[in-house]
Amino acid sequence: MTERQGSSDRSDWVSGVAAASPIVLGYLPIGMTFGVLGQNAGLSSFNIMMMSLLVYAGSAQLVAAGLLSAGASAASIILTTFVVNLRHLLLSAAVAPFLKRWNRGELAAFAYQLTDETFALHAARFPSGRYSKAEVFAVNISAQGAWLAGTGLGILLGQVISDVEPFGLDFVLPALFIALIVLQIEETSQIAVAVITGALSVALLILGVDQWNVIIATVIGATIGVALELWTNKPSS
Amino acid sequence: MDQQTIFLTILGMALVTYLPRLLPTWLLSSRKLPRWLVIWLRNVPVAVLAAMLLPAVTVSGGELYVSLRNTFLLAAFPTFFVAWKTRSLFGSVITGLIVVALVRQVLVP
Repeated sequence: MTERQGSSDRSDWVSGVAAASPIVLGYLPIGMTFGVLGQNAGLSSFNIMMMSLLVYAGSAQLVAAGLLSAGASAASIILTTFVVNLRHLLLSAAVAPFLKRWNRGELAAFAYQLTDETFALHAARFPSGRYSKAEVFAVNISAQGAWLAGTGLGILLGQVISDVEPFGLDFVLPALFIALIVLQIEETSQIAVAVITGALSVALLILGVDQWNVIIATVIGATIGVALELWTNKPSS
Repeated sequence: MDQQTIFLTILGMALVTYLPRLLPTWLLSSRKLPRWLVIWLRNVPVAVLAAMLLPAVTVSGGELYVSLRNTFLLAAFPTFFVAWKTRSLFGSVITGLIVVALVRQVLVP
């Protein structure tokens, strides 16, 4: 595992940008959706762009737009963001062993742009020794560039579309949640987690636990999932 | 919420998003996470998404709304089917939007 020399190598930047192209194609339309929904939620163009620049986490941003338009408090939005984005801990821990020779500043810059999609790309390439800094940062910067460009286009589009209902755009978020759940499920116990957590969240909401139902249900549901899996699959790894 | 409060909220969101991304790269470049924590963290996305999804398609105005007139609930099924068959994020979302738009154009009196 020798790190390739010459981090300023131009061909590394080019190959990084090329490798990022599937992510770019995926981020443009979802970034646009966020731009449109952010505007409908009453965010200023500046705040919409800032969220894509500073938070840079697709599902959390869409969820925050939904919570803002529902009039949720700042505390519940921040806590929900924390829970939705806690999964990055797992992604970050998984790539960390490959980056032992990077200094803290480089790691800080890398971690800032770590998403589900850039993680998937890096995790597929790191084990074969492909982690020149230029290439890695070219991937990450291209991806966030596409996210920002998509967001900006969405803001422009949002100024034309004032009523999202005739296009079914108010269903974007539920549809995205459905697709993400299906794509995330790797183990059978996770199906049980989804059903239990969803039902718990609905029950809490009907009982009047507004805003916090998502977080309470998530913590309980994820914990039940751990018990289920440790109980059904005896430790093998 | 005014725009300044929204901006402060965004700063808070940025901080709580960045720390879980950063800390493992700084602190545990060699240590392994305990198995229960790995499973718990892996369950969180599925759990949080389900916790947001189910109320969005089955609750309206604080009450359970399971009915053939519930457009979102109807559209959830073809969206799920397309996601399951194609594993395409964009394809599933587009399917959902088209179904909701069609139901509204055709079925709503």
